[in-house]
Amino acid sequence: MTAVAQAPARRRRRRLDTTAVVYIALAVVVVIGAILVAAFADRNFFSPGNIRDILTGMSVLGLVAIGQTLVILNGSLDLSVPYVVSLSSLLAAETMAGNPANIPAGIAVAIAVAAVIGLGNGLIVTGLKVNGFIATLGVGLIVKGYLDTNYQGSAGSVPPAFQWIGATGIGPVPVSTVIMLALALAVALFLRFSRTGNHMFAVGGDAGVARLSGVRTQPPVIVAHIICSIFAALAGLLLASRLGVGNPTVGTAGGYDLLSIAAVVLGGTLLMGGRGSVWGTIGGVAIFAVIDNVMSVLQVNPFLKDVVRGIVIVAAVAVYTGRTVHDRRARFARKEADR
Amino acid sequence: MSDTTRASEAPVLVVEHIDKSFFGVPVLRDVSLTLRPGTVHGLVGENGAGKSTLMKILMGVYTRDAGVMRWRGEEVDFTHPVQAMKAGLATVFQEFNLLPERSVAQNVFLGREPRRGVLVDNRRMIRETESLLTDLGIDFIDPEARVGGLSVAEQQIVEIVKALSVDARVIQMDEPTAALADHEVELLYAIVRRLRDRGVAILYVSHRLREIFDLCDDITVLKDGALVSTGPASELTPDELVRRMVGRSISAFFPDKIEGTAPGDVRLELRGAGNDYVDGVDLTVRAGEIVGLAGLQGSGRTELVEGAFGALAYNRGEMLVDGQALAPRSPRQAVRAGIALVTEDRKARGLALAQSVLDNALLAIRGVFPGRTRRARQSVPGVLSSLEVTFRGLDQEVQFLSGGNQQKVVLAKWLATEPRVVLLDEPTRGIDVGAKIAVYQLMRELAKNGVAQLMVSSELPEVLGMADRILVMRDGRIVGELPPSVGEEAVLALAAGTTEEVAG
Repeated sequence: MTAVAQAPARRRRRRLDTTAVVYIALAVVVVIGAILVAAFADRNFFSPGNIRDILTGMSVLGLVAIGQTLVILNGSLDLSVPYVVSLSSLLAAETMAGNPANIPAGIAVAIAVAAVIGLGNGLIVTGLKVNGFIATLGVGLIVKGYLDTNYQGSAGSVPPAFQWIGATGIGPVPVSTVIMLALALAVALFLRFSRTGNHMFAVGGDAGVARLSGVRTQPPVIVAHIICSIFAALAGLLLASRLGVGNPTVGTAGGYDLLSIAAVVLGGTLLMGGRGSVWGTIGGVAIFAVIDNVMSVLQVNPFLKDVVRGIVIVAAVAVYTGRTVHDRRARFARKEADR
Repeated sequence: MSDTTRASEAPVLVVEHIDKSFFGVPVLRDVSLTLRPGTVHGLVGENGAGKSTLMKILMGVYTRDAGVMRWRGEEVDFTHPVQAMKAGLATVFQEFNLLPERSVAQNVFLGREPRRGVLVDNRRMIRETESLLTDLGIDFIDPEARVGGLSVAEQQIVEIVKALSVDARVIQMDEPTAALADHEVELLYAIVRRLRDRGVAILYVSHRLREIFDLCDDITVLKDGALVSTGPASELTPDELVRRMVGRSISAFFPDKIEGTAPGDVRLELRGAGNDYVDGVDLTVRAGEIVGLAGLQGSGRTELVEGAFGALAYNRGEMLVDGQALAPRSPRQAVRAGIALVTEDRKARGLALAQSVLDNALLAIRGVFPGRTRRARQSVPGVLSSLEVTFRGLDQEVQFLSGGNQQKVVLAKWLATEPRVVLLDEPTRGIDVGAKIAVYQLMRELAKNGVAQLMVSSELPEVLGMADRILVMRDGRIVGELPPSVGEEAVLALAAGTTEEVAG
């Protein structure tokens, strides 16, 4: 009579996880893209040159989006990233001032300033309880005001040794992409093997549950904002390495705030937080990079590019929300209707 | 058996003379309770008797105003649930404290992840979760499964395992079977007994008297915040227990029917209606009738009326309004057909809190019958004053009104649509006596004017005092119909399933 004895053996119940869906979507996009490129432009999508272009296009947005993933996982947002990108490119280029001996100092200054900005974001969100959207919008404007006041155009100079990072590659794979993927791995391991990383999912998923389970709910949010700003600084360093100078509008020109959020969401991370993965985000960034590349090769009207990006984002989120579970517990769901 | 082997052991938790009031309203008065290791202690009482407040005081969510709490012989003051949990007092709520997107193991060890060096030891976490599950005789939950994909019963087991992972000596369970199917209840019984045999003390809060007698060694009865009795279950019969839970004198504030009110033709009829939450619903409500819908929390009453309102649309059976077939797929369609629903959660679902009294009163009419807005706009002040709403002006935001006045604004909103069928879900929850009487009087007037009313209520005196007929629900089905003359005990017994009934 005991229900325990009747119960079936331990079931492995795993649904197809969202990251897998993202990479299936990426594969579909690659196949369609390759066919379009071969049919209409008579070019080989998989040529080393084209692969290099795509991977190069991924590395800057990838860096920003990795950081953004952590912030969104915690249920916050970071709109200050484009300004941090610009600021760090300038700080690095000015500190280095063309002298190879100053490379470490330039990197350190850019990262340190970004970390302070991230700490500010985190403290405003957790301490002053200002919504992440508004908090980082405000901090972003502050940084923008500083940039607009002090810089009219490009400034500083990056030594050739540092430009090498943005310019070389291993076969078709740019060094910058390798660095980006290595950092993605580091963040993925951080999420899986650190307590703070584990608690990010809890705080973003349900702060009340986290608190009642004894989790301190503020540190994960603060850490996520700091890491996010540091990753924005790394993106700025990479851009400085490519341009050879620092530039006050390089971040906003790239649209890294909204594009990074879009890539994160495209990668299957819930905008409300609590679920998501770095690898999903990388998949999202790759989808954008492939679509951009295909449209460039096909010489599509640049405005149409944004139309396609917009459709992709909306369609992806529609698909994901269709997969979410109903919040009330069904007693007479169709499966059990024979009761 | 546990009586003889465990009774001599020192109690694990003793509370004595607990008082608690909110804003001057006493909710607990002089309540005492003793939990012994290896026993299941039933805590019963009607809605509002103070069970939840007592649980929250024990676990440190609320602080008591007076009284003593002794944990394993020492006086303690839990000021935070985490503190109580660390001491070994865990709570399994009706609403689970779980993260649906995380795995079973990650939920069980949330906040206490085992580490090797600085790294979280995921393998050990999974292994320990598995062994906790195995200890309970559970071999069908994968520690790596995502919690959101588990059934309600399985999620409840995860909650229990979470409690065990902190080595809980006391586990409080709030209505643990409310959302479970019959075969799952058996599983829960097995787990509760296993825990008891292991020496855990369980405080088992339930309305379901059969469960109380099946499981509990001791029973404590609360009524209106005061202790009625506490003692061995063997000294009580179900009849006696029900008598102790109710037996309150029905207050005389229910207005009589207005002269000339008589049941007319059938206005609302359901035949075999069902959605995901209720099944096989047959009922009729006539013009001028007030039908009460009684049942325990989670028995499907809200889901039944939301089905008729199109919010949780029925996907089988028939629904007729004034003899015409109607299958509302959305509240909008229901409102167009003359149906109104006064929702249970007034603040979240009944009102736009940051908007004005006037905007709220016109919300439904503007949305569904925009052509009638002008006329409604003129009648709003009259309706509000006839309901005796106290407010500073039509432009005052409703969030600043009292609960009773807010509810009157909700009613005014629906009156503006001139409904023929009014569904009321806990219409007097959380409002003062004066406002309650106003709601009752309005219901009588609607009845006089030939409106059919179906009222969900957890307050039995209200059901008995207002309804012409009472339908009782249990586990998503209507299990019987009673006249209001039967008394609270019969309704409660049918709702709780202590008496055998004709299948609904």
